[in-house]
Amino acid sequence: MLTDITTIIWKETREFITLRPGLRGGWTGLLIIIAVFGILFPLQSGRDWLSAPTTVLMWAWLPFILVNSVVADSFAGERERNTLETLLASRLSDRAILIGKISSAIAYGWGISLIGVVVGLVTVNISQWGGEFLFFPPLICLAIITSSFLVAWLAAGLGVMVSLKAASVRQAQQTLSVAFLLLFVPLLLLPLLPNNLQVAAQNALGSINFQSVIIIASIIILLIDLGLLMVAFRRFNRSQLVITGN
Amino acid sequence: MTELAIKTEELSRDFGSIRALESLSIQVPAGSVFGFLGPNGAGKTTTIRLLLGLLEPTRGHAQVLGHDIEHHANEIRIQCGALLEHNGIYERLSAENNLEFYGRVWRIPASVRQARIRELLTNLELWERRKEPVSKWSRGMKQKLAMARALFHRPKLLFLDEPTAGLDPAAAARLRDDLEKLVEFEGVTVFMNTHNLAEAERLCQQIGIIRRGELVGYGSPNDLRAQAGNPQLTITGKDFSSQVLLELRARPEVGSIEKQNNRLTIQLEEIVETAPLVSMLVSAGAQVEEVIKTQSSLEEVFLTLINENEESVEEFDVN
Repeated sequence: MLTDITTIIWKETREFITLRPGLRGGWTGLLIIIAVFGILFPLQSGRDWLSAPTTVLMWAWLPFILVNSVVADSFAGERERNTLETLLASRLSDRAILIGKISSAIAYGWGISLIGVVVGLVTVNISQWGGEFLFFPPLICLAIITSSFLVAWLAAGLGVMVSLKAASVRQAQQTLSVAFLLLFVPLLLLPLLPNNLQVAAQNALGSINFQSVIIIASIIILLIDLGLLMVAFRRFNRSQLVITGN
Repeated sequence: MTELAIKTEELSRDFGSIRALESLSIQVPAGSVFGFLGPNGAGKTTTIRLLLGLLEPTRGHAQVLGHDIEHHANEIRIQCGALLEHNGIYERLSAENNLEFYGRVWRIPASVRQARIRELLTNLELWERRKEPVSKWSRGMKQKLAMARALFHRPKLLFLDEPTAGLDPAAAARLRDDLEKLVEFEGVTVFMNTHNLAEAERLCQQIGIIRRGELVGYGSPNDLRAQAGNPQLTITGKDFSSQVLLELRARPEVGSIEKQNNRLTIQLEEIVETAPLVSMLVSAGAQVEEVIKTQSSLEEVFLTLINENEESVEEFDVN
């Protein structure tokens, strides 16, 4: 099973690379993301970039976007381009295909986010160098690594659900964009609140125990991830896929 | 006893209230090429999906390479190759990466994979363009690549679903040539869906004709021709006396005789050599100028069987 999963990851990786060929897409797009999140934001925030709890939110947000950009293509795209049935006619099991595809999407979103984290760390150290190496507080570091992984998994799980129902890649991407807005836009709207409400919100955020919040949020997301995976195992079924795919 | 690659018994599949396949019973001997003919929507693709274990039958049974399709579908897929309705090629990837991926799927060791990629792409004259994204290729080239992919792991049984559909006549002819060579070289059993009768006549030792999910004809091309009608002999000449006609009617191979002016039309009971009949006519005093023996073509057989109880058949290709 592990060999089959890595085979799917091998193929998916090559498909991701060729998803948006040309200078404006592909590698260039990824370099821009890494430049913004790994250089621009750390330069603006300075040392706070390493210690502020909001950093965790940013690194949880990025993998969601990255996974969304590939997961619909991986599932709905395989069906839309009529390659799914041939894959199902091979010796690969349904689970190997499903896990391989989900793993590829997670590895893509999580991997690029972690590269951004490392680039950001280097940027802060260069810009704020004071003779000693600057690093995240252990809790923030753990929270970034865990939350970005769990959110990447969440995005992949949602992507599978949506893609299995969607008629096309475009429709799947549109639905996932709506899910993204529902999940993250409330946070982006915070600065638009009246001053007194903003202060109240900041006080409320400042008074909460960060460690508890991270643990509770991680457990909730993990449970949702596992639930989505279980449902995906049931729905990603050869007979059903062949019938609905044609 | 002949080893069977495929054996189906009353195999049926419904989609809701629609009966896609009704009680299909066929046997495909190992090492043969079996052609499954029928108009669009007749149930050909459903049959391949059932035989590959991609769909479960509503009723009936089937064994493929000795494995039951319901309980051992994975064992079947391990030993089969497939070029389905859509070629299944990853167009953003190169030909080399397409084959590399399926080589990995079939767990072929890396060194063998590389040699096999070279062998197949060279045989199909695609080697020089192996690094290009397949999206830049013609449809015919993509079909060839899909054929290479289907044969990559040296399957015992190859399923082809209308392999030349949508190709121009020249590309289709080249693909048929390649298929013929590859099948001979690789020694596989082939189950081929087609509505191209010339293709079936040329490649297939056995043929099944399906209409609206039901098998309406089954056998070798010669058997099917015989089912549709026996050969007919048209003899032009003189002096076809009553005595000559009586002698002709007495022969067991002669079914009926019709005389019209200087022409005799003889319906034969079976496929026989016609020289003894002509010789008998000449001995009895008839003067024979021309002898024409005609037999139903596969196209006529197909049309006869398909049109039985049905006035119109849409969208089939008789090229």
